[in-house]
Amino acid sequence: MCLGATPMTDYDVLLVGGGHNGLVCASYLAKAGRKVLLLEANESPGGCAITREFAPGFSVSACAQWVRQLSPQVLADLDLQKHGLQWAARDLASVALSKDGEHLSVQGEQAQGSGLAVKDRETYRAFHRKTQKYSRLLASVLAARPPRLVESSVKDRLALLKLGLGLKMLGKEDMSELMRIILINMYDLMSENFENRQLQALLSMDALVGTRMGPRSPNSVFSYLYQRVGDVFGYSGPAQVKGGMGQLGSALAASARAAGVEIRLAATVSSIDTRAGQARGVTLASGEQFTAPLVVSGVDPVTTFERLVGFRHLETGVVRRVSQIRVQSGTAKLHLALDGPPSFTGLDAAQLGQRLVIAPDMKYIERAFNAVKYNEYSEAPALDISVASVNDDFLAPTGKHVLSAIVQYAPYQVAGGWDAHRERFTAQLLDCIAHYAPGIRDQVVASELLTPQDLEREFHMKGGGWHHAELALDQVLMMRPFPGATQYATPIDGLYLCSAGTHPGGGLMGLAGKNAAQEILRGAQS
Amino acid sequence: MTVRKDESMMLKTPFHSRVAAANEMNCWGNWMGYTTPNAYTDVELEYFAMRSTTGVFDLSPMNKYRITGPDAQSFLNRLVTRDVSKIRVGRVGYAVWCDDAGQVLDDGTIFHLDEDDYRLCAYARANDWLYWSSLGFDVTVQEETADIAALAVQGPTSCSTLMAMGLSGLDELKPYALAQFDFEGARLMVSRTGFTGDLGYELWIAPDKAEQLWDRLFAAGAPFLIKPVGSDALEIARIEAGFLQAGVDFVPAQETVRRGRSRSPYELGLAWQVDLDKPVFNGRKALLQEKEHGSRYRFAILDVEGNKPAHHSFIFKGSKQVGTVTSAAWCPTAKTNMAFAQLETPHGYVGDELTAEIYYQRELQWTRVLAPCRVIDSPVFSPPRRRQTPAVSC
Repeated sequence: MCLGATPMTDYDVLLVGGGHNGLVCASYLAKAGRKVLLLEANESPGGCAITREFAPGFSVSACAQWVRQLSPQVLADLDLQKHGLQWAARDLASVALSKDGEHLSVQGEQAQGSGLAVKDRETYRAFHRKTQKYSRLLASVLAARPPRLVESSVKDRLALLKLGLGLKMLGKEDMSELMRIILINMYDLMSENFENRQLQALLSMDALVGTRMGPRSPNSVFSYLYQRVGDVFGYSGPAQVKGGMGQLGSALAASARAAGVEIRLAATVSSIDTRAGQARGVTLASGEQFTAPLVVSGVDPVTTFERLVGFRHLETGVVRRVSQIRVQSGTAKLHLALDGPPSFTGLDAAQLGQRLVIAPDMKYIERAFNAVKYNEYSEAPALDISVASVNDDFLAPTGKHVLSAIVQYAPYQVAGGWDAHRERFTAQLLDCIAHYAPGIRDQVVASELLTPQDLEREFHMKGGGWHHAELALDQVLMMRPFPGATQYATPIDGLYLCSAGTHPGGGLMGLAGKNAAQEILRGAQS
Repeated sequence: MTVRKDESMMLKTPFHSRVAAANEMNCWGNWMGYTTPNAYTDVELEYFAMRSTTGVFDLSPMNKYRITGPDAQSFLNRLVTRDVSKIRVGRVGYAVWCDDAGQVLDDGTIFHLDEDDYRLCAYARANDWLYWSSLGFDVTVQEETADIAALAVQGPTSCSTLMAMGLSGLDELKPYALAQFDFEGARLMVSRTGFTGDLGYELWIAPDKAEQLWDRLFAAGAPFLIKPVGSDALEIARIEAGFLQAGVDFVPAQETVRRGRSRSPYELGLAWQVDLDKPVFNGRKALLQEKEHGSRYRFAILDVEGNKPAHHSFIFKGSKQVGTVTSAAWCPTAKTNMAFAQLETPHGYVGDELTAEIYYQRELQWTRVLAPCRVIDSPVFSPPRRRQTPAVSC
């Protein structure tokens, strides 16, 4: 493959989509000397790492609100702190709210709460240590391309060997325990470990936020272990970016620019142009065209193939694979502008800036999940709340606050369309929060609800799913995004993928972008 | 639920009442779930009807798909390996289609009925593959297997028979062309196509007119010695004419279980069907690779010495086994003992001298023959009347 720009092409690489993985990938490619043009549809870089003013004076991390997996390697390689990334808070505790003020909180391996028995507290510490071993094993396969099972190279065989060896090294007991739990669900795992319902539900939420799974869904334990990879990367709880998540996007963009990446914002790519199975360039919605021998898509795989490349330019087997990727989301986002600090029953001021979770027990979450199976939204939803302005006065005028909540669960489609339900659902969400913060309704000066459809529209993710493809065992490693497009290359020559829809997924980790860049550069050498 | 004993679970074609009445041997086979005759009276006589007068074969069970819409042609061009734009309106073309690995899923014919309107005839059920293939195209794919009754009318007197039935001007119809006629108030489509390599036609009509069509056809054909033929006789004719049979000469790729058992068009002698100049079609990438790196197998037509059909024979080059036979028949008209073989490359080039190991038995006595055979460049039966227009009439 020829990577050098021929006189006929404008750039070495065209990168479609300036989400975090796109920016990371572009930076690594530019650092290796490639001439990269990155095209982002939105007016700010970062994709889901974005800060947006949703009411005058009130800004919010409009999509992702926590950082808990950003790869320290990426952070260092791209010198993100030099380029403006600052933490407003790190290693936050997760607080399970209780209507009567009997909150329970978890931070690292410590669990605390007046209702928490000593036994559960100790079990939690042991549970945390054991699962961290598993997550460490998982983390070891995230930072490289996934191995292929068939026609594998020596490198692939070594990777598989390493994974097998890693499993073996857990020791007989832990290995068989991992094999036992990886396919079961959080409900069972929590029930057999803990008695405290709040603790069971709080840990379950770690597995379920951003998914279309309930506590009893298969793959939820895998999802939990996947989340816990953050611990391996040095996060013992969620972190909050100063200035909102958009500052992560800006830092990534600044780093990319410093590496030589040319970034065009508000440049919507309408097609990735191919000829005879070879990527040739892209066409913007404005009609402008660019050519390059390599096109890298940071857009989710389904959108990339279905809309940008176009199914008709792909072979049927690929179309079938892409059509069967599960991208469904069950997640909405609520933003509230408040004219004062919200007052949660029994929560002290120091705790207000932590991660607040409304999920009293696992059955509550499962019931909330039931709705989404039938394209309905939860009557009593589970919420993952950030009152970010407590830790960061940039986000709201002095004395005022913003609350953002990840809402589980809302379907992509509801009968009658979302516009007919938006107000009702918002009111339901306020009712739900008001059970824990009784005065909140009177504090709200503005609100915004982003349904999965809104998230899809605003962030260009198929189905509004922020993982770009459900993180389940049949959609990870060499099956992500689908067999035949693993290792970041695709059936279209010269087209690579680098989004959360590829190994190892999103989560603002940045490793998909980094791994993709490495594979692209490796391809250039061979 | 009670099941009456005389009820079969098999499907019946629209001609069934007439087929059953003519089936003196009561010898039935299963064609994709339909009960169809292997032979009506005598396989040789049926074969010779096709070669000397007219044979009629009920091909209603053939899978048929209607493909319509503005993207019908683009859809088909992505589906099959050949350039579909070369099949003009009113024409029929042979086609083969592959999976992404360039392995043959099936072969069949494409009827270009009208602008943006095609019919695809296929050996295997293809709903699933056609559905996935249709995504991204403005096209409608509708299965119409049971909605159309079809008869093949094949042989030297076939044109005369059909003209006597009232299809005037049929003799002007060119090979692989379509014509429409009125039949008892219904539309009768006639294509000059077939599976015998001879002059012949296929008739396509609504099922409710099927019995009438059969009756009038056989009445008109009586002076021309018309005869219904079963699949055993057709098998000899198609081998003689050099036609591949899906499921016999190759296993449709989606039906293979074991790795390496499917075949590419190049390995089936169908290189002429592959148009790599088309920018996108299923299997293109893999076929480009195969073209560059070479194929595993070569399809060969063998002229086998002697008169013992080389059924299932191993083929040797010297003492080395280089392939196997997929179809074999003693071809009575060409008076040739023919076989289709899958040979490992580089064997099987035209003129290659090989040996077929043939086993046969007479009265429980098995005999092994090592018959010399030679790879020939084309099928042994291809009479000029197959192509002549106006068609011969008698």
